[in-house]
Amino acid sequence: MTSRTVEIGVGIFVALGMAALFMLAMKVSNLAAYRTGPSYEVTARFEDVSGLKVRSPVTMAGVRIGRVKAIEFDDEALQAVVTLEIAQRHNRLPRDTSASIYTAGLLGEKYIGLEPGGEEESLRPGDQIRLTQDSMVLEKLLSQFIAKFLEDKRQ
Amino acid sequence: MVNTLRMLGRTGLDFFQRLGRAHLLLLAVLAGVPPLALRFSLVIRQLHSVGVLSLLIILVSGLFVGMVLGLQGYNTLVDFGAAESLGVVVALSLVRELGPVVTALLFAGRAGSALTAEIGLMKATEQLSAMEMMAVDPVRRVLSPRFLAGFLAMPLLAAIFSAVGVLGGWFVGVGLLGVDDGAYWSQMQAKVDLYDDIWNGVVKSIVFGAVVTWIAIFEGYDAVPTSEGVSRATTRTVVHSALAVLGLDFILTALMFGD
Repeated sequence: MTSRTVEIGVGIFVALGMAALFMLAMKVSNLAAYRTGPSYEVTARFEDVSGLKVRSPVTMAGVRIGRVKAIEFDDEALQAVVTLEIAQRHNRLPRDTSASIYTAGLLGEKYIGLEPGGEEESLRPGDQIRLTQDSMVLEKLLSQFIAKFLEDKRQ
Repeated sequence: MVNTLRMLGRTGLDFFQRLGRAHLLLLAVLAGVPPLALRFSLVIRQLHSVGVLSLLIILVSGLFVGMVLGLQGYNTLVDFGAAESLGVVVALSLVRELGPVVTALLFAGRAGSALTAEIGLMKATEQLSAMEMMAVDPVRRVLSPRFLAGFLAMPLLAAIFSAVGVLGGWFVGVGLLGVDDGAYWSQMQAKVDLYDDIWNGVVKSIVFGAVVTWIAIFEGYDAVPTSEGVSRATTRTVVHSALAVLGLDFILTALMFGD
């Protein structure tokens, strides 16, 4: 076999391998979700963020507009501080926008849903979202429900 | 009694001597890798024989493994009404486990055995001694290019296997069984992580490539220079590579996903 055909064969092989890696990265994995483009950050405080993860989606009206960048614990206030990274082109959210933690489906992943308020002024980079609603923990809900049920029964 | 102990001691000594020789050979081979940058044509030739000639078996196996995963995954998932998760099942099993492991096993059978037979036969026909007589180091000239080629080819082959497998699963799931096309890809993209899954799979395939190639060239270089010795060395390459790949896979999986 001439060295020319050998080299062409190896060239095709390496190109195929690279294409396969590229396909795995772009088409199969979540690489596309990493690229948020220019963005700004706002924070929100929650009493309970159980189930929320870094890179969880941030949505408004069901449309993904950003992601969770960091989750930290504030030792003073004993609260969770969540940093949200929101795409720069969505920079006209009202100042009194509220944030809630929802679950996609009954057992699905947690995400943050934003609901717009009515103020004229908009959220600026570094602002804090005042109105928040915590993650719903199924056990807590159930125990509340059972407690209420027993109370009703007693009366 | 004493004889039994002596046998045991002899087997142990033999084992550790072989292990020691294998590591010394690996060091010599690695020392011969950097100078190859000046003579890359040697590596190209070996890449052709371990990579290009393994391509067909990798493509066909990948396609069929992906198609079987699609069929089996669909039959299980449809009972839970979760057939949309088929893409996740197919992609995660391929990228994390089946891609690197099955490729490494096929690679050991297709390329590793050929390497051992070739090097063993070179030794049996005294081609390696002839090189030494001409002041050409056979480790640098014969073994290092083969090692580097195996090391480079294996991750590419594993990536091709996984990619073709995902397409095979798509063909069966979406094409034949009627899973939604958008759900197949979007669920996959939501659940497969670039670092945790894809990159760890690539790391696995790099480790397997190095280990299988190392075993193959050591067995060839260490073979008893007779036709029987070469045939035994070839068998040992395939058996030892398969055991090493499966054992290492457990250790790597425990390290990567075990926490």
